[in-house]
Amino acid sequence: MTDKSASFVYVTYIRTTPEKVFEAITRPEIARRYWGHENVSSDWKPGSAWQHVRTDATRTVDLVGTVLESDPPRRLVLNWANESQKNDPDAYSRVTFDIKTQGDMVQLTVVHDELQPGSGMLNGISQGWPLVLSSMKSFLETGLGFDL
Amino acid sequence: MDDDKVFKALADPNRRMLLDRLCERNGQTLGQLCDGIDMKRQSVTQHLGLLEQANLISTVRRGREKLHYINPVPLYEVYERWIRKFEESRLSLLHDLKQELEGKER
Repeated sequence: MTDKSASFVYVTYIRTTPEKVFEAITRPEIARRYWGHENVSSDWKPGSAWQHVRTDATRTVDLVGTVLESDPPRRLVLNWANESQKNDPDAYSRVTFDIKTQGDMVQLTVVHDELQPGSGMLNGISQGWPLVLSSMKSFLETGLGFDL
Repeated sequence: MDDDKVFKALADPNRRMLLDRLCERNGQTLGQLCDGIDMKRQSVTQHLGLLEQANLISTVRRGREKLHYINPVPLYEVYERWIRKFEESRLSLLHDLKQELEGKER
């Protein structure tokens, strides 16, 4: 059996509402302003496909996957794989967004698990998530994301 | 969350060492983190508490175990606020110059 034991847990606190965080993940016109990518799905319902699409002119699809759970604005679970590996079931890892109100802040927890130790995906996401989440925080709090 | 907590948490060598250990292997229990280091379990618990308050680590319960994960998100915020802003390119030039003058190879 393929070893998919690696996992990461990222947490950020954002001065905003759970709805805005959920939208920042699922609405392409918002994600593009801080992520350098759009997350595209027809309805974000369980079983629906989603894609992670570059916002530049190439519109390259970098990641693909399926929505596993959706409970707006509290929880969204996706699986995901590099587009080039979309036919390999072992290449799919799982991402859980957990959105909770804490005082006047929102606690956003991103758990990325079922990753293969030593894989390119693991390397990529461990660089990527901290950057994306700080950019999201900056965007939601100040209107300006980072240039990703 | 707030920069003060992050800087204070990073100001201690033992806490930086714990972060290094989590960076090497993510998702460790308290027992695993205490293994092979010269620090009392109680102090490790205290240090982990401060790191968690600064949001530099996050914890997940799995059955009876509590797993500790490094959370680098606040470090990126500090980086954006305190490093990138002050012109990264010039800093890296200075860094290279210092390396050159000190004759250190890395």
